[in-house]
Amino acid sequence: MAQDGARRVLAGVDAAARRFGLYPGMSAAHAQALVPGLHLVPAAPEADAAGLERLGLWCQRYAPIVATDPPDGLLIDITGAAHLFGGEAPLLADISARLERTGIAARLALADTPGCAWGLARFGEGGIVPPGGAAQVLAPLPVAALRLGSEAQRALQDVGLTRIGGLTDKPRAALRLRFGAEVLFRLDRALGYEPEPLAALVAPESPRVALRFAEPVGARETLERVVTDLCARLVPELERRGLGARRLDLIFARVDRLDQAIRIGTARPSRDAAHLTRLLAERLALVDPGFGIEEAVLCASRVEPLAEHQETHLASHLAAGPQALDLAALIDTLLVRLGAARVYRLAPVESDLPERAVRRVPALAAPLGVVWPTDLPRPARLLAPPEPVTAMAEIPDAPPLFFVWRNTRHRIARADGPERILGEWWVTDAEADLTRDYYRVETEAGERFWLFRDGPMQANGRWWLHGLGEA
Amino acid sequence: MPPPHSPDAPTLAELRRLTDSVGTGAGPDAAPTLPFGVAGLDAALPGGGLALGALHQIHEGGPRGRYAATAVLFAGGILARLDGPVLWCLHSRDLFAPALARVGLHPDRVVYCETWRDTEVLPAMEEGLRHRGLAGVVGELTRMTLTPSRRLQLAAEGSGVTALVVHRLCAGEAAEPEPSAARTRWRVAPAPSDGMSRRMGRPRWRLELQRSRGGAPGAWIVEACDAQGRLAVPASLANRPAAPERVQRRAAR
Repeated sequence: MAQDGARRVLAGVDAAARRFGLYPGMSAAHAQALVPGLHLVPAAPEADAAGLERLGLWCQRYAPIVATDPPDGLLIDITGAAHLFGGEAPLLADISARLERTGIAARLALADTPGCAWGLARFGEGGIVPPGGAAQVLAPLPVAALRLGSEAQRALQDVGLTRIGGLTDKPRAALRLRFGAEVLFRLDRALGYEPEPLAALVAPESPRVALRFAEPVGARETLERVVTDLCARLVPELERRGLGARRLDLIFARVDRLDQAIRIGTARPSRDAAHLTRLLAERLALVDPGFGIEEAVLCASRVEPLAEHQETHLASHLAAGPQALDLAALIDTLLVRLGAARVYRLAPVESDLPERAVRRVPALAAPLGVVWPTDLPRPARLLAPPEPVTAMAEIPDAPPLFFVWRNTRHRIARADGPERILGEWWVTDAEADLTRDYYRVETEAGERFWLFRDGPMQANGRWWLHGLGEA
Repeated sequence: MPPPHSPDAPTLAELRRLTDSVGTGAGPDAAPTLPFGVAGLDAALPGGGLALGALHQIHEGGPRGRYAATAVLFAGGILARLDGPVLWCLHSRDLFAPALARVGLHPDRVVYCETWRDTEVLPAMEEGLRHRGLAGVVGELTRMTLTPSRRLQLAAEGSGVTALVVHRLCAGEAAEPEPSAARTRWRVAPAPSDGMSRRMGRPRWRLELQRSRGGAPGAWIVEACDAQGRLAVPASLANRPAAPERVQRRAAR
């Protein structure tokens, strides 16, 4: 609720109020008449802006460049950061899940340009726009989705141009003449013809160092030197505060204000300048210097206290040789090169189904000390999904005499089984009547296979090959 | 070892001279080795076991060679008997970790990285080999040419970390192995277990040492890795007269 002259009007409404037909800009008296007992809160634009900025800083967990879009939007430049979350779709899912848990209603859109994502989030359904798909996605949206001023909007609507799709195929000169430069400018930004730099938020408390260059730089070797220099300057700052970097953001400010950012994460807090330099240098190839870089900013956007870690490190270092420290450095390098989802350890899951017997844990998680049951032989290669085979058994519950897989007939010399595995009905209903009888078989050539029948033979159980080799 | 008229012979000789001079400065015999505990096998290897801090290639024989199901167990068994973490560079999603645990490689020790292509496996392996303290680095590769093998061998010598390359070839490809700087080349294939019984016994492998620098090639029938990663001599073969091929005759343990 805000004061508009002498009138009290609604500044914003939540989802419940919208269901009662209330909308921003409505007078408070009217709203109270419609909904008796309406809960009105005085508007606090400054607090809203501060809250948005805090949320923006929180969003830096996803990517280094985050800009606020007042009054109620955030723009995140995820270039080069999506792989840390396993791709664009998991990234969006993660953001929306976390926002929902804190009670923030949000619509997310991901596109090539900030303009396109803005329009899609506010006037469309949100979601992910494939690269180059901006024009197609924007076409059915109203022209307001271009972030136009109200005057330009009205001018377009007066001539019946209500959809963005109606603008893209008009001659540009005529559009400029009639509606001014703004319409074309906004359209070009949404479609990516016109660059749109974002003014990145910076958390005041995170350790950062910056280098400004008298002349724009761009050569790869120069950038490597810059990285070395920045790391060497950042480390004393971290040391002074007793911190280690878990995440570093390196932002190159280009002369055309299209900032280039790279981000690296470490598996353990670190303030080893050489190690951090190496991790950043791995990703330097992703930086496009364009016409030159004016400024480089290195910011430890996520830090953890390091003092105690170092002592425990030292203890394990003395006990177990140099491996503990070295492994963290190796894992960091691989994480940066391959992405967080592709480096892991595997741990046992208490599940009878072989497909579900394994889960991933972080590569540097504490040792779990558990193993799979040792009395059950398992194949070295598991086929996913199992492949159907034709098998032949003498009597219903006996192991097969031979089976045919991929047009090759295997005569079975030795066999063991069945090991019955039942579906886990408590996981999904679909598994309520899943029954598999597993047989370990050895062919006459000595090859070992892991076969199963998905039901009793009387009930037309089919045979499947699930694994090769045996240990 | 390639025949002397092979076009690669000078390259290999040059390489051998090069790699032998790198690292400790001493010959390959001075480097630490890991005995297999199978006497004939260890006798064929210089230093009495598998050289640590070196590159070893493992091919899988047999028609299902491209799955390399036996080869990964052989590699797992070797690493199970070493101390320290293991870096395993995956080629596809079909490796079933419980089987590695059954040859003694505890899951807490293995860090997997999904390097699907050879072009990703090789740099990841090399990175791993530069870090002391690892027990070993395993890479599943479809193809390894001379230059990458030389890089891996040099990196392994520098850090003392053992490198194992498990080849995942197509069936036809295995016939002509490419020259490489690896210390040994193995060919593992499943072999029929004890002929008498219809029950499943301990699996057997035909283990062929195709090339061993400073050692002699040979072939053995062994019983597969046990829960500690140890091979053994089949009991039924232990007291048999010498077979035409070099079959091991005495149990080591």
